[in-house]
This record gives sequence, C-alpha cells and structure tokens, in this order.
Amino acid sequence: MSAAGGDAVLSAAGDGAASARTDTASSGFPQAGAPRFGSIDAVREGLAGVDYLADEGIAGVVYLADRLAKPVLVEGPAGTGKTELAKSVARLTGSRLIRLQCYEGLDESKALYEWNYKKQLLRIQAGSGAEWQALEEDIFSEEFLLARPLLDAIRAADPVVLLIDEVDRVELETEALLLEILSEYQVSIPELGTVRATQIPLVFLTSNNTRELSEALKRRCLYLHIDYPQLDRERAIVETRVPGISAALADQVARIVRSLRTLDLKKHPSVSETLDWARTLVVLGVESIDAEQARDTLHILLKYRSDIERAAKELAGVDPAG
Amino acid sequence: MLDLLTGFVAELRAAGIPVSLTEHLDAAEALRHVPLEDREGLKYALGASLVKSSTHWKAYETAFEIYFSVRSPAEDADGTVDGSGSGDADEADADRSAAGTGVGAGRGRGSGGGEGMTAEELADLLYKALLQANGAMLAAVARQAVSRYAGMEPGRPVGGTYYLYRTLRNLDLDKLLERLVDGVRRQVPRADPADPGADPGAAVDLTPLEERLVRDEFQSRIDRLREEIENEIRRRLVADRGSEALAKSIRKPLPEDVDVMHATRDELVALRKALQPLSRKLAVRLARKRRHGRKGALDFRSTVRHSLSTGGVPLDPKFRYPRPAKPEIVVIADISGSVASFARFTLHLVHAISSQFSKVRSFVFIDGIDEVTRFFEHADDPVDAVHRINTEADVVWVDGHSDYGHALSVFWERWGEEITPRTSVLLLGDARNNYHASQSWVVKELRDRARHVYWLNPEPRAYWDSGDSIVGEYAVHCDEVIECRTLRQLEQFVGELA
Repeated sequence: MSAAGGDAVLSAAGDGAASARTDTASSGFPQAGAPRFGSIDAVREGLAGVDYLADEGIAGVVYLADRLAKPVLVEGPAGTGKTELAKSVARLTGSRLIRLQCYEGLDESKALYEWNYKKQLLRIQAGSGAEWQALEEDIFSEEFLLARPLLDAIRAADPVVLLIDEVDRVELETEALLLEILSEYQVSIPELGTVRATQIPLVFLTSNNTRELSEALKRRCLYLHIDYPQLDRERAIVETRVPGISAALADQVARIVRSLRTLDLKKHPSVSETLDWARTLVVLGVESIDAEQARDTLHILLKYRSDIERAAKELAGVDPAG
Repeated sequence: MLDLLTGFVAELRAAGIPVSLTEHLDAAEALRHVPLEDREGLKYALGASLVKSSTHWKAYETAFEIYFSVRSPAEDADGTVDGSGSGDADEADADRSAAGTGVGAGRGRGSGGGEGMTAEELADLLYKALLQANGAMLAAVARQAVSRYAGMEPGRPVGGTYYLYRTLRNLDLDKLLERLVDGVRRQVPRADPADPGADPGAAVDLTPLEERLVRDEFQSRIDRLREEIENEIRRRLVADRGSEALAKSIRKPLPEDVDVMHATRDELVALRKALQPLSRKLAVRLARKRRHGRKGALDFRSTVRHSLSTGGVPLDPKFRYPRPAKPEIVVIADISGSVASFARFTLHLVHAISSQFSKVRSFVFIDGIDEVTRFFEHADDPVDAVHRINTEADVVWVDGHSDYGHALSVFWERWGEEITPRTSVLLLGDARNNYHASQSWVVKELRDRARHVYWLNPEPRAYWDSGDSIVGEYAVHCDEVIECRTLRQLEQFVGELA
C-alpha cells in the first residue's frame, strides 16, 4: 500500500532527469549487462511486490525485453497502466526513470541534445585572444552540451529505465529521431562523435494508437498490447491499490465495471477510473453498492453525459428477462 | 523447433499479418530465452516479436493454437487435456466412437463423468460446471459435448465452424443462461460459495443491479465454455489433418479485409469496433496533412513587419501558406438490405471526419429518397445517428425494393439545384436496380454540375453488370467507379478524397 510514497520518489527522480546533467560518461561499447530478471515468474512476483499486478503477457514481454535488450512498445486504451508499467519496472529494478513526454512539434533539441549557445557565446567573448581552432574545439565539447532525456538515458552511469510516453503524438518524421537510439543504443552528435550507452537501459514506448506508427519503429520493438484486465485481475488491482477496501466491495466494483464494459459506450471506464471510483466508495463509507449509489457516483467512472445516462438506465433499469 | 517456427511465420504471412525477416529472427532469439514447456509464456513471447498490431492478435492466436497445440506437451499439468503423444491416438479414437470417451472427464475430476453419459447427465454436469466456475470440469464437459454432438468425420476438409455450430445448437446455451439466472434468483444453490449471487445477505428477489451482475457473470462463464469447445474442436482437427492443412481452411481475414457485404454477425461487430479507431486515425492524419508539408511563397509584408523588432533586419522570414478549400461532400447511399451495412459504414466514416470537409450532406434511398444530414447534426455519436437513419428515414416509396432510377430523379428534382462546382458527389450502392429504368441522365447532369462524381460499389468487380446490376450504365457518367469491399479500401478512398 505504499503507492503514494512510491510515486513521490519517482517524481523526484523524474525531476532529476529533466534538469541537465553535466557529469561525464565514458563512451564505451554498449554491452548487455547481467540479466535483471531470472524468469518470467520472477518478473511477475517482483512487479506484484511494487503493487503492479502483471498478467502472463506483460511479465513475459518485460522479461524478454531484458533478455533480448529490445525496447517495448506498449499500446492499449487510455488508463490501463501503460505508463505505470514503466514506473513500476523502474521501482522494481531500483533504476532511475527518465521520461520523455512526446508532443506534436517535439524536435531534436528537446529530445536528444542541444548546444548551450549562451555559454558558447560567453566563451568566445572571454577568450577573444585565443586561436580560433582551439576555441572551436573547446566550445563544441561536452561542457557546452545540454543533454535532453534521450542522451541522458544513454550516458547514464547508473541503471535507468527510459520511458518515451505517447510516442504516437510526434509526427511521422520525428519518429526517425528515435530509431538510432532504439536499435543501437547510441546517439551521433556531428561535432562530437558517437555517444554509446555504457549499459543498455530498459526502454518503454507507450502509444494510445491515435495513428499507425511507422514500420521501422515497430520492427525495432517488442510489442505489448495491454487491454482492460480480466475480472480477477481487476479485483486484485483494486484490492492492492485502494487501501482499506473490503474484499466484498472490491469484488462488486470489479463486477460492475465489467458489466459497464460490455455496454456500447463512447469511452469505457479505465482501470485508473475504476480505482478512483473504489476510493470514492471507501471514503463515502459504502459497504455494498446498491443501484442508487452506483448511479450517483457514475460520473467518476464515465466522462460523457450520454454514457452516464445509458449506464444508469442499464444498471438500474428493468431487466427484460424478468 | 526452428522449422516449426518457420512454418508458423509462413502461416502468419498467409493470414495477412506482415512479419519481417528481423521479426522472424527476433522470435527465434526469443525462443532461446523462454522455457518451451511454458506454453502461455511462449505465446506471448512469440506474439511480442511477431505481431505488432492489436487487430492482428486474434488471427495470431488462432494460428498459434493450431501450430503449437498437439505437439507441445503443455496444459497437461492441470489435467484438462489429454496428454500429448498418445493424445493423438486418443483423439482420433474419440472421433469415431462418439459416446465412449469419458476418459478425460473422469480423469479431470471425479465428478461422475463416466462412460456413456446420457444427454440429461451431460446437461446436468454442464449446469454444475457453469455454476461453480470449475475450469477443469468445463473442459471435460466441452470434450464430452464435442464427441457427442459435433459428429466429426475424419479427413473431411472443413473448418471448425460447422462442428461448433452443431455442438452449440445441441447445448442450447441461451436457455441454460436463463436457467442459471433463475436458479440464483430462487436461491436454490445457496450453499455454493463460488457463486456471486449467493450473497448471504441477499433476499429472495434480486435487485436489477444484482441480477445484471449475475447474468454477466454467467455469460462470461458460458463464453469460456464456448472457447473450450472451440479449442477442443480445433485440437481434434489438428490431430486429424495436421496443422498446415487446417490452418488453410480455418484462416480468417483480418477485420480490415473482411468483405463488408458478406460479413457474419460477429465480423460486423468486429468491423464496428475497428471503425472507431480507424476514423479517428484518419481524422488525425488528414488534419496533420493540412497543417504540415505546405510550401508557400514569401509573405513580404509580414516579414518586414516582423523585422521591426530586430531593428529592420529580416531575421525571421514569414511565408504565405496556401489554404486549400475544403471540399463539399454529398453522399447518396442505397440502404436496402443487400448493401445496408456498407452504406452505414461509409456514412459513419464520412461524418466522423466531417471536420475535414466544409459541408457534408447525406441522402439515403431504397426506392424513395430522404435527406439524413439532420440526424448527424444533433447526435454527438455517429452510431446513434446511423441507428436513427434505419428507423426514421423515409425511404420507401412503393414496395421497398431498390429503385435507383426513381431515387435519383427525385434527388435531382428536389436537391439538384444545390450541387455546386465545389461539391463532390459519392454514390453508394451495388446498382442492382430490380430491372427498373436507370435514369442515368441524372448522373450525367450531376457530373456536369459537380466537381467530381464517384461511385462506390461494394460488390466484387467480377459481379458488376451481371444479373440486374447496371453499374455500367452509370459508370460512363462517373469520374470513377471504385470497388470498395473492405474497410481498408474504404479508408483509402476517403483519405484521398479529403
């Protein structure tokens, strides 16, 4: 039940990643380090230990990603725990999480690296007497390089998990930025040479599937589709993530949510919304849900008026089979 | 094992899933790391490296079941499956002697699954298995049911659907569901702990909410039984005819390649699901296309004005981007029985991306014609609108058989004036006119007035102009007649239109 505490630690790690780090990393050849996980079951148990309940598929793919040293492309409906998976794996392996949030218009200077122009200008002004040759070599050295998340992940000396979030938001052309890093774990900087990873980070890419990703990107990744969980898993998730919930209530929550997902709704309730709902019910002190309570709290699960109306009618309405 | 994988990859490719060479290599590499006896793990490991789209997963699963079923000794641990090796012989036997295979049932659980059960006993066992959600028992019952009802004949080159149908018809699952819910309602199986409805606090009559939950629970168990039966049939077919032969007859097209006109009910549901993300993707792609990738001439005025902030030095050149006019769309769709689902999909797709057009108007006809744009204007969900079209649109004039000629001439009379040189007209239908007059002059007039006239025909090209199809008569006046049988073709066409 240490979800909140864990998140705090994680976000701190995320802030560290965002600020430019200037420590130097030796650029050796990337080598597959010792495998992080012993077996698929070890992955699943480990993830359960950090409050992430993985099913067979998720655990298998994470294990394989480690063994094959390949990135994982995670797809699925919103709110099924794609980002959470990366965070949990970071927590499990004790790695730092480096997160690159993608958006339309993301470019090299935000994702990979950027030269620190202001500092370079200062350097040129300060050393106005020096030879140009020496000066040029100086201003294009690591000292003047601002590492952005991708380069950061490559250069990191400590174990890291790289999360490239919502990769489907960048333009098709920008995807090409990622290709070198995903297949070779290296970044080429024209003025400086190639920076290779000292250790291969675990890489997760998430996508909400708003557009088809390019073949080149997909080919380099293992593919994992996370769907809404089965009843048993959802119940277990509710029990682990919502402190103080009774088993009976968790069971009821999971069942009602499953019923809602069979309806023809615009947006089905996600796992995170299920959790919110369960928390609300616990706060309200509900022991067992009846139709009226369900109807009154539906707006936490569903976000469209028409959906709420339809669900309320279905849940409380008269069953045709009488 | 590598040979098996190669065959498997070939099968995936044949089923339409694109598998590249690197992915094949990855899969081979993955095999080294996953213990082969862990069948589920193997499935996900291979899936992760071979299948890169969630819509392909179903096809992958089927192929996997076929290729890795009998040969892998998996699943034996929980006693639900006749073992490997000798299993082949067992199952072949089972095919011939319909009633005499209680072996697995007896072994799976000592629950009375003996030799020569009567139909009532089997039904009873099934009822119990469903009530207790007992996985092993369900599998045993599935096996029993298949041997009893499917009537499988060795060597017959059919897919499993026929056998599945025969088995399910005999089990009558709908009635069973009612019985189960009824049972809970009367609180007879109170003693059963696994049952959700047997909440000790619950009174005799369930609230609608509870009843619904109980129903859903049993529905999901029955779905599992269905799956078990399907697996069982597949296992027997593999034992009988080998993976490759079976894979060929069982292969199903991917959702985007399903022929819309001849889709089964399940396929239509899958299609409808596929349509939603498809229209969203299309809208995103078109919006991006509009925003990016345009080259414009230098906007001198704007550049000079912006240069003021840099002391008159034009550091930041401004360009004048072209703003192409969005096309206007008029859709005229036949919604008579034969092509109804195709028309529905097209209307849905066109309206879902209506922001890409300056105006969309839709008309539907059978032998009368009616404008249905209003349904889409006020509905925030195209699905609702399409539903309303079916119930409210006034499209029958005489007898409710397609009459393209009459519908088109009425269209011309009432709305012909509103077609402008900026309009693209889409005509949807198979042009099976029931031997009425074609009135193809309307299409000619439309062509003269509109920017483009396209005809989308959901029939295969080979059937055009056969029987009462007169698409040829209209085709001479259209810019293009397009064969549009699958979602993929439809998406491509609509994408090019915008």
